[in-house]
Amino acid sequence: MTLSTADAPAPLLSVRGLEVTFGDNAEPVLHDVSFDIRPGERVAIVGQSGSGKSTIIGAILRLLPGDGHITNGSILLGDEDLAAASEQHMRGVRGRRIGLVPQDPASNLNPSMRVGAQIADALAASGHRNGADVDKRVVELMTEAGIPEAKRRAKQYPHEFSGGMRQRVLIAIALSRQPELLIADEPTSALDVTVQRQILNHLQTLVDAHGTSLLFITHDLGVAADRTDRIIVMSEGRIVEVGTPAQILLSPREDYTKRLVAAAPTAVAQVRVASGSSTLDRGPILEISHLVKEFRIRGQRGSILRAVDDISFSVERGTTTAIVGESGSGKTTVARIILGLESATSGTALVDGEGITASRGQQRRALRRRVQPVFQDPYGSLDPTYSIEKLIDEPLRIFKVGDRRSRQDRVAELLDQVALPRTVAQRRPNELSGGQRQRVAIARALALEPELLICDEAVSALDVLVQEQILTLLADLQSNLGLSYLFITHDLAVVRQIAHSVVVMKSGTVMEEGSTDAVFRSPSSDYTRELLSAIPGASLVG
Amino acid sequence: MTVVETRNPGLGSARGRIWRSLLKSPLGLTGGIMLAIVVALGLLAPLIAPYGPAEVHFDAPFQQPGTVGYILGTDDLGRDIFSRMLFGIRVSLQVGILSVLLAVVVGTPLGLLAGYWRGLDGVISRLTDVTLAFPFLIIAVGLSAISGPSLTNAAIALGIAQIPTMIRVVRGETLRIKETDFVLGAKTMDASGLRIIFSHVLPNAVSAIIVQATVIMPVAVIGEALLSFLGLGIQPPTPSLGIMLSDAQQYISRAPTAAIFPGLAIVLICLGFNLFGDALRDALDPTNSSRK
Amino acid sequence: MLNYLVTRLWQSVVTLILASMVVFLGVRQLPGDPALAMAGEEATPERVEAIREQLGLNESLVTQYLKFVGNMLRGDFGQSTRTGAQVTDLVAATLPVTLWLSAYAIVVAVVVGVLLGIIAERFRGRWPEWMANALALIGLSVPNFWLGILAILYLAVAFGLFPASGYVPITQDPIQGFYHLTLPAIILGTSLAAVIMRQTRASMIETMKTDFVRTARAKGLSRQRVLVRYGLRNSLIVVVTIIGLQLGGLISGAVVTERIFALPGFGKLTLDAVFTRDYPVIQAVVLLITVGYILINLAVDILYSVINPRIRVGGKS
Repeated sequence: MTLSTADAPAPLLSVRGLEVTFGDNAEPVLHDVSFDIRPGERVAIVGQSGSGKSTIIGAILRLLPGDGHITNGSILLGDEDLAAASEQHMRGVRGRRIGLVPQDPASNLNPSMRVGAQIADALAASGHRNGADVDKRVVELMTEAGIPEAKRRAKQYPHEFSGGMRQRVLIAIALSRQPELLIADEPTSALDVTVQRQILNHLQTLVDAHGTSLLFITHDLGVAADRTDRIIVMSEGRIVEVGTPAQILLSPREDYTKRLVAAAPTAVAQVRVASGSSTLDRGPILEISHLVKEFRIRGQRGSILRAVDDISFSVERGTTTAIVGESGSGKTTVARIILGLESATSGTALVDGEGITASRGQQRRALRRRVQPVFQDPYGSLDPTYSIEKLIDEPLRIFKVGDRRSRQDRVAELLDQVALPRTVAQRRPNELSGGQRQRVAIARALALEPELLICDEAVSALDVLVQEQILTLLADLQSNLGLSYLFITHDLAVVRQIAHSVVVMKSGTVMEEGSTDAVFRSPSSDYTRELLSAIPGASLVG
Repeated sequence: MTVVETRNPGLGSARGRIWRSLLKSPLGLTGGIMLAIVVALGLLAPLIAPYGPAEVHFDAPFQQPGTVGYILGTDDLGRDIFSRMLFGIRVSLQVGILSVLLAVVVGTPLGLLAGYWRGLDGVISRLTDVTLAFPFLIIAVGLSAISGPSLTNAAIALGIAQIPTMIRVVRGETLRIKETDFVLGAKTMDASGLRIIFSHVLPNAVSAIIVQATVIMPVAVIGEALLSFLGLGIQPPTPSLGIMLSDAQQYISRAPTAAIFPGLAIVLICLGFNLFGDALRDALDPTNSSRK
Repeated sequence: MLNYLVTRLWQSVVTLILASMVVFLGVRQLPGDPALAMAGEEATPERVEAIREQLGLNESLVTQYLKFVGNMLRGDFGQSTRTGAQVTDLVAATLPVTLWLSAYAIVVAVVVGVLLGIIAERFRGRWPEWMANALALIGLSVPNFWLGILAILYLAVAFGLFPASGYVPITQDPIQGFYHLTLPAIILGTSLAAVIMRQTRASMIETMKTDFVRTARAKGLSRQRVLVRYGLRNSLIVVVTIIGLQLGGLISGAVVTERIFALPGFGKLTLDAVFTRDYPVIQAVVLLITVGYILINLAVDILYSVINPRIRVGGKS
């Protein structure tokens, strides 16, 4: 599959028939991957986890983890074949000709080394040894990457930087030697949307200014469409489809791409809730009024952090309310208070007029049955030592519901409800996929027939296609069982798909609340407007 | 809309996977075989040993290894080294198991409490620090000064000295498990602290406890030999590998083999546990068993 | 940082107080009535009672404990019941031997352990790693006193490479002093070296797998350079932690090593006192080792917080 067009200038990077295998005799994880990047071009590789997109980077830089190795094909950078280059030669390529902005800013800086020294390291690799020169250049690079007070901050350690600032440091490192090609590996997926947008904008400015080619790896079609000239869609180690953003998003040819586009949590995504059914006025199931939560900051005597600052809202019975906010907005603390895992400093969180933190004994237990959580990480929320059956009937056992026989029947019934085969009952969580585990978590939450589910980022850890399935399941359950959801999320696109009303939080306070339609159509606060415009893919819908 | 595919279809149970991974590692298998031999020798000592451990043959001192009737030779009193070695291994294992039990029985609950309830953490940490300040030899010195040296005192001294590390391991595991979402989930169902500890924390901490036990065992075996060598542990006529070494040191230039065999027996026991423990740790490590 | 130091210091003080109580109560458990022992078997009950009064045994436990602590703080450990010598003098004569031996052993263990750890990482999956791993396993599995006996038998007696026993104060004759201590230090350091090697290797492998190492290599740094700049610094933290944890084992090992090589150190003093039931000496030895242990660990923790920029209160792993 050759993808270069005839009239284009000679490509900067030309990958041909690339095949990568881990271990001996194993099935390759990349099959016959071919693509070109021309000078100054911006190319995105889009795929879900496990699609092999990160392996491509490992192969190009010849830094494959473990026993991975290139078993076939070539990687031409100009005239040189990197697939066959010596380690010695690669050292001259990495950093100098190809820069890398890695994925997770938290783990990609050495925690026990000053930030400035880590940037200087990159310069030193090219032979810059003069101390004063290097220091000056480090400060220049940091300033260019948008880090204020660079001179002072160069002497700090990574843990003194925020996620966004760390990512800027990594960008400074990647661009320090003005490479011809910059590889950005999901550079902002670990950051909040507003920060994400700032960083991506900045990165784009720098790349454009230097005329650098960009290879952008992402799971997010929206981001890819906004930022690049060409999109390569990958699945299971193969290239599925290649095209311009408009082609891929508006007229995809392959089935896989179509499903990906349909599921993409972008502003174009379909609305999943029937907005009519929500307005049956049956009164609120959850009422939050003047809720305040303060934390003492450890190590600093007398310092108090107001994580939740006098918020009020309610959830109508049988509907979904989403709390949306970035990390540190206090949204998770609200969830924990409702679940009775934290106590409020003042104010109340009432479920059907009763508060968990205020109640005791029987009343408290009864209340607990009516509110159940679904957590973010489907790998952490299920005890790995339990079988699926034991996991789902644990709530029944704790509340001493029924006998062994009736509990078994109930587990089977719950598995049906979440569309899992009954045969999984005897398996353990680590034998299931992420999506299946999240279904188990939902079944478990439903075991006690609660009225309200608190979903804390319940779909953020899942790939888009699976995410779509889980959201559909939740919507089905709502209409069948009359459940109410409080959906905690950072992802406005998910809100759009599932929520009837939305509460926007920032730094512990409510910025805006209202019906999802109203908030999306005419946001009243600047912050909401900023969030909305930061949704990737917005540019395409116009 | 049913999602049926499992991630690793032919995977089987976790326990089966651990055993398979253990048996696949050549070093772990070697360690396991060594342990099986050592345990068999120790258990069957009364049946295998040609003589009693304290049986003296004044007519046959300092026999060379290979002599008919004395396969590994005899010592200065004509005692059969092979027989004494078998009984010595038995005693080593006894002391080792006793001290591991002590460390597990005391260390596990304290580690769970310290990890789960912040309020108890400080108190238990201070107790741990105090215990750590007394090396096992010093505890043994104290115990033997108070009630005389003995097998029990040696095991207690070695066990006490290992309690702090056991607490540290279990506490660390508890802190980790306590923060998981499945514990949070149990809390939202009003599960009591004790219920959470027994049904979630402990089962998930078991593998770390077992691995730590295989680490303690060789330390305790060497510790027993050391205490007995110094006269602070097992007392004659009970045989001990340490006492045999201490005796042999007196006439080392005349019969060096009398010092070599008991030492090799200790090495065999410890190597067995260390190899097996390493393989067990690898088999239990989730980052190793996950797919590439 | 300052907060951390204050907390840590306060914890050490609490530990010291608790440990001294343990020793004090332990001493009270020792068999035999000290007053009766002093008075002799023929003494009248009145005479025994008088001595009891004189020794302060009739006072409350609290008063006795405070007196005990007061004496210890003044450096007054009493007299040896066996030789009548001041315990303080005995300690002063023997302690340097043990300190030199232990320090030497630690240096040997760190150098050998870290070096083998680096070799094992550098040559992963090849024979040098196997050799290093095997050495470490053997180091962990072999009792060091047995190794000592064999070393004397084969290295010292048969080949005369090292003196089999004897001690020359290092302050008097450094060359002979170190020469006499070399074999004992190697023997004492083996198991520590084995632990250090294994942990260094593990931490190096762990470090080389991290994202930040990949990022560093993507900068164009060579593997060697990354190993030294990133791996070694982290393994330094590991080594310091291990020394703190293994100190107890080292002290026990020093006692038996001194016995085998006939070194006139603290260990010999301890053993002699135990077998002659020389209680004042036992008490002093136990207390000093404990206090020493606590102080050294405090020093290790402070050092640790200097090396590791991320340290916070309670953040000690």
